[in-house]
Amino acid sequence: MAATPDPAPLMPSDNESLTQIESQARSELDAVDDDDALERWRVSYLGRRGRLTLVLRGLTSLPLEERKSVGAQANRLKRELEAELQEKKARLGQSATEALIAERIDVTLPGPPLRAGRLHPTTQTLRDMLDCFVSMGFQVVEGPEIEWDHYNFEALRIPKDHPARDMWDTLWIDAQEESDRPMLLRTHTSPMQIRIMEQAQPPIRVVVPGKCYRYEATDPTHEWMMTQVEGLAVDEGISMADLKGTLADFAHRIFGPDRKVRFRCDYFPFVEPGMELRIDCFLCGGEGCRTCSRSGWIEILGAGMVHPEILESVGYDSERYTGFAFGMGVERIAMLRHGIDDIRLFYSNDLRFLDQF
Amino acid sequence: MRVPLKWLSEYVDLTIGPKELAERLTMAGVEVAEVITAAGEWDGITVGHVVDVSPHPNADRLVLATVDLGGEQQTVVCGAPNVAAGQKVPFARTGARLIDGRTGEHTVLRPAVIRGVESAGMVCSEKELGLSEYHEGIMVLADDAPVGVPIASFLGDPVFDLEPTPNRPDLLSIIGVAHEVAALTAAPVRDPSSEYSAARKPIKGRVQVQIDDPDLCPRYVAALIDNISVEESPAWMQERLMAAGLRPINNVVDITNYVMLELGQPLHAFDLTRVGGRKIIVRRAHAGETLILLDGAEQKLSADMLVIADAEAPVALAGVMGGLNSEINLNTTTVLLESANFHGPNIRRTAGALKARTDASNRFEKGLSPHLPPIAAQRAVKLMVEMCGGKAADGIIDVYPGKRKDIRVTVTQRRLHALLGMELPVARVRQVLSSLGFSCRWVPPDRFVVRVPYWRTDVSIADDVVEEVARIIGYDELPTTRLRGALPPAQPQPRRDLRTRVADILAGAGMQEVITYSLTSLGALRKVVAPEDLSVDAPLRIANPMSQEQEYARTSLRASLLRTLADNVRRRDEFTALFETARVYLPRPGDLPDEVETVAAVITGRAPGRWGEPEGEPAGFYEAKSYLDMLLGRLGVSAEYAETADYALLPGRAAAVSVDDRRIGLAGQVHPRVASQFDLEAPVAMFELDLDALLPHVAGPRRYQPAAPYPAVEEDIAVIVNRDMPGARVQSIIQAAPLVRSARLFDVYSGPQVPPGKKSLAFSISYQAADHTLTDEEVRRQQERILTRLRGEVGAELRG
Ligand SMILES: [Zn+2]
Repeated sequence: MAATPDPAPLMPSDNESLTQIESQARSELDAVDDDDALERWRVSYLGRRGRLTLVLRGLTSLPLEERKSVGAQANRLKRELEAELQEKKARLGQSATEALIAERIDVTLPGPPLRAGRLHPTTQTLRDMLDCFVSMGFQVVEGPEIEWDHYNFEALRIPKDHPARDMWDTLWIDAQEESDRPMLLRTHTSPMQIRIMEQAQPPIRVVVPGKCYRYEATDPTHEWMMTQVEGLAVDEGISMADLKGTLADFAHRIFGPDRKVRFRCDYFPFVEPGMELRIDCFLCGGEGCRTCSRSGWIEILGAGMVHPEILESVGYDSERYTGFAFGMGVERIAMLRHGIDDIRLFYSNDLRFLDQF
Repeated sequence: MRVPLKWLSEYVDLTIGPKELAERLTMAGVEVAEVITAAGEWDGITVGHVVDVSPHPNADRLVLATVDLGGEQQTVVCGAPNVAAGQKVPFARTGARLIDGRTGEHTVLRPAVIRGVESAGMVCSEKELGLSEYHEGIMVLADDAPVGVPIASFLGDPVFDLEPTPNRPDLLSIIGVAHEVAALTAAPVRDPSSEYSAARKPIKGRVQVQIDDPDLCPRYVAALIDNISVEESPAWMQERLMAAGLRPINNVVDITNYVMLELGQPLHAFDLTRVGGRKIIVRRAHAGETLILLDGAEQKLSADMLVIADAEAPVALAGVMGGLNSEINLNTTTVLLESANFHGPNIRRTAGALKARTDASNRFEKGLSPHLPPIAAQRAVKLMVEMCGGKAADGIIDVYPGKRKDIRVTVTQRRLHALLGMELPVARVRQVLSSLGFSCRWVPPDRFVVRVPYWRTDVSIADDVVEEVARIIGYDELPTTRLRGALPPAQPQPRRDLRTRVADILAGAGMQEVITYSLTSLGALRKVVAPEDLSVDAPLRIANPMSQEQEYARTSLRASLLRTLADNVRRRDEFTALFETARVYLPRPGDLPDEVETVAAVITGRAPGRWGEPEGEPAGFYEAKSYLDMLLGRLGVSAEYAETADYALLPGRAAAVSVDDRRIGLAGQVHPRVASQFDLEAPVAMFELDLDALLPHVAGPRRYQPAAPYPAVEEDIAVIVNRDMPGARVQSIIQAAPLVRSARLFDVYSGPQVPPGKKSLAFSISYQAADHTLTDEEVRRQQERILTRLRGEVGAELRG
C-alpha cells in the first residue's frame, strides 16, 4: 500500500516501564522459532511503531533529567535488542540450513519435464550446410518452387524432347488454357543459377536452398519432395581446382576431416566439364556394402563448370568469366550423418523419429 | 547397357582386372553400376556335387563334406552353416586361386589340417569367388550345374552393367566402350571387319529410296541380301546376345541386334517381297494412318511422326519399331536392310507418345552420328553373307541429304589452364586425345586444333575437349585450391531471416517443427478452407499427379498439420505442439503463383505435471495464444486480436490477428466438426500467420531504455464490465494513461459475486515517473482519471 503519514508519537503509559519492555521482549524473543515470528517480534519492539521506538520518540516530552536517564537506558536496550535480533536471525538461519541438510533428497529423481521443441532434421542439416558455405563467402538466396519450364529446363540447355529430361521426371502444373509457357514444380534448384545471373554481374557467390519435386515412386532412397542446396560462383579465374577445393572443404566440414573425397566425371547439360563428388563409405570403410552398392564410395553431389553457352546467354563474356555450380540433396546428407536408412521417414513426421534429433 | 567382357575383349585387350577396369571407367564418367559376374582368377575351381555331410569328429561347428567332382570325390572340412547334401557348389582344389574370405586378398589355396582332419580343398563362398561380399555361407549353384566343369564356363564371363549418361549414345555400343578402355589403359582398338564380296548385281534399280522429310531423316542407307535362309543363329552369337540381355530370335534379326550392340547403330530388316513397289519412302505419317507394330499393338499415327512407308502404306515406325506387315519370317529369302539416321527429339517424342521406347529409339533419341549407317550396314551384310547363306547385292543405296562435316574444335592452352587450374604439357594433351580417337594438331604458340571422331556426337566446343583431357587424366590428378578474389556486396535476405527466427523461437518455446508435403488433395483442402475461399484462390492442379493425395498445390497448411497431428496423437497421448514454416501457392493469372511464406501451428493435449503425466485442462485457444504472444513479442510486433469467424474454427473461439489494421493471421480452436474429420477427438488449437504480411512490421534492433531511477508504485484495481467487453480494450485504456508503466491482467471472474451478465477484471498497475518519486496523491489522482475513462468508454464500475 501507499505510504501514509506517521501518526503523532504516543507517550508510554505509566506502567509501560522500560524494565517491563525489556523482560517481555527477552522472553518473547526466546520463544521465537521461525523467521516470520522473528519479524513480528521486530515490528512489535523495534519497528516504526514498536514499543521501544515509541519510548524513544516520547523522550522529548519528558523533563530534562528524566530524559537523560531514560534516554540512556532506552538506547542501551535498543542496541542490545538489535544485537540479540541479529544473533537470533543467524541461529534460525543456521538451523533452517541444518534442517535442509538433514532432510536430504533423492538426487537421482528427474526434474519436472520441460517440453523440448526441436527443428526438423532437414532444417538442422540444411543450416549446418549453409553455415559452412556462408563461412566461405557464399550468400544465401531463395527462389520460386513453382517455375517456368524455361528456367527449369530450356535455359539450362535441356530443351523439350532432350534425352537428359529423363534425369528429372517432372510434375507439371495443369494449364487452364493452352500456353506456350509450361509451368512445373521445379525439379532442382538450378533454375536459380539463371535467375541470379540475369540480375547480377560477377563476382557471384551464392547458395540456394529450397524444396524440389520429382515425379517419382517412393522407396527407401527415393522421395518425390526433397530439399536441395544449389551453389554458384562466377568470377574471373575460377577453375575446376577451386570447385574441388570448395567441395572438399564442405565435405570435410560436414562429414569430418578424415573422410576420403574423390571426384569423378559426370554429365549435367548445364555444366562442362561435369563432376560428381564421392566420399568413402563410412559403413564399410570402402570395402563395399549395400549402402554404397558395393563400390565403397557414396555419391554426395553433382557439380561442374558453368557451361559457356549459359554464361553467354545471360550476357557474360565466357572468355573472361568462368564459374562453377553444384547441387546436392539435404536429406541424403542428413541420412548419411545420422545413419537414417529410409528417406521416407523425413516427411512422414512421426514424432518418434523427429524426437531423436 | 550390358557389356560382356569377353565380347569387349574382341576389340581391345583387357590388361587389368574387371574390378579395376570398372573403377577406372566409373571415375572417367562411364559409370559401371555393377560387375554382374566378376570372375576373378577361377583357376582350379570346378562345379561339385555334395554327396554327404557328416559331423566333424573334433569340432561342433564344423562338418565334413564329401563332394563329387565327376569321377573323383574329395572330403573337406566346412564351417558354413548352409552346406547340405544334394547341393551343387563351387569347389576349389588345392592350388586354386581365389580370394581369402577374411582378408579379401587374392590367395592360393593350400592343403590344411583342420582340427585334426586333413582337408584338400574347400567349398567356396561368393566372396571367395570375388562375386560379392557374402561370406556367411557357401555359394549354392543351380541344380542343373554340370558336375566337374570349370566354374568359369558355368558362371560365364563378367558383364559390366553400364549406365552411360544421356549425352553418350556411343557408349550404347561395345566398340564405344572399347574406345574408352583403350584410352584408359593405353591399348589399341581393333575395329570389326565389314569386308565381304558382293555376289549379285548392283542394288541400284532393284529398290528405290526416297526421303520426303530430310529434317527428320538426314541419312538412309539400304542394302539387299538374297538367298537368305532364316534359321537359328550360331551358338556363339546367341550366347553373346543373351549375355548382353537380348533374346535370340533368328539369324537375320539377331544380326541386326548384334550389330546394334556392337556398333551402336540400330538396323531394321524388311522382307523385300513385302515392301510394296520395292520402294522406301521416309515421310511424316498422314493424319489417321495406322500401323500394327512388331509387338502386335495397332498404333494411330499423328502427322508429326516419321514413318518408313512403301509405295502404299507405312511399313515401320522410323527409329522405333518395325511393322508386322513387312516382318522377316521363315520364308524370307531377300532382306532389305535399313541403316538410317533420324532426328533424335522427334524419335523421342514419338516413342514417348506411343509408350514404345525401344533399344532403337533409346539410341536414336540421343543423337547418333550420321557417319554410322554405311559402316553398320556393311558389317551386317558381311555377317548375313557368312551366317545366313546370303548373297549380297553389289553396293548400297545411300541417300544423305543432311550431310554433316567433321567437327573441328580449337582449344587454347590458356583455356585448358583456366578450366583445369593447372598446366599440361602439349604432348600429354595430344596423347590423351589421340587415345580417344581424336586427332590433335598443335599450332604454336597456344592452339590445339582437334578433329572430333565421328562417334563422339557429344563433343563440339573447346570446354568439351577440356573435359575429355581431364577425365582421362583423372579428376583426382587436378589440383585442389580455394576460391580467391573479391566478394560481391552482401544482399539482405529479410524473408529468409524471418522464417529462421520464427522457427527458432517456436522450437525454443517447446514446439516441434514438421515438414509436410506441398501437394495435397482437394478433399483435404475442402475440410479446412471455406468453399468460397477455395473458389477465389482455386489451388493449382498438377497435370500428371502421382495420386489424388498429391494433386493440388496447397493454399493452406492447415490440413497437412492436422493430419500430421492426428497421425501422432494416435501413437501418443502427450501434449503435442507442432509447427511448420512453408509456402502456400496462391495462383495469379498468367504468372507464377504467389508463394506466400506461412507459419502455422497446432496444439493439443494436456501439459505434463511434476512426473510427466498429463495434468489439468487440455490445451485450447489460450495455449495457441501463448505461443503467438511470445512469438510476436520476441519479434517486437504489437498485434491486436479481434473475434472473428473462420470456416475451420469454433465460433467464439477464433481471433483475427492484425498489426496496424492489417490482418496477418488467425488463432483459434479448431471446430470439432473439422477435427473429427481428421479423427482428432481432444480439443485442438491452432494459429497461422502470413509471414510476408508480418515482415514489414517486425521491429529492427531494440532501443535501450534505461531503468528509471525513481521507484515504481504498484496498485491493484478490479472493475466490473459487461461479459462481452473485450478485456484487451479495458487494458489498452489503462495502458494509455499517463504515468502507467504497465498493466497486467491477473484475474477474470464471473459468478455469484458479480451481477448477471457482468464480469470482473483485476489489473495490477505499475505507475512510474521518469523524473521524480511519485507521491501517493499523484497515484490516487491518476487512478481516478483511469476509472473515469473506463466508466465513460466501456461502462466499467469499480468492484467494491
Ligand atoms: Zn559401403
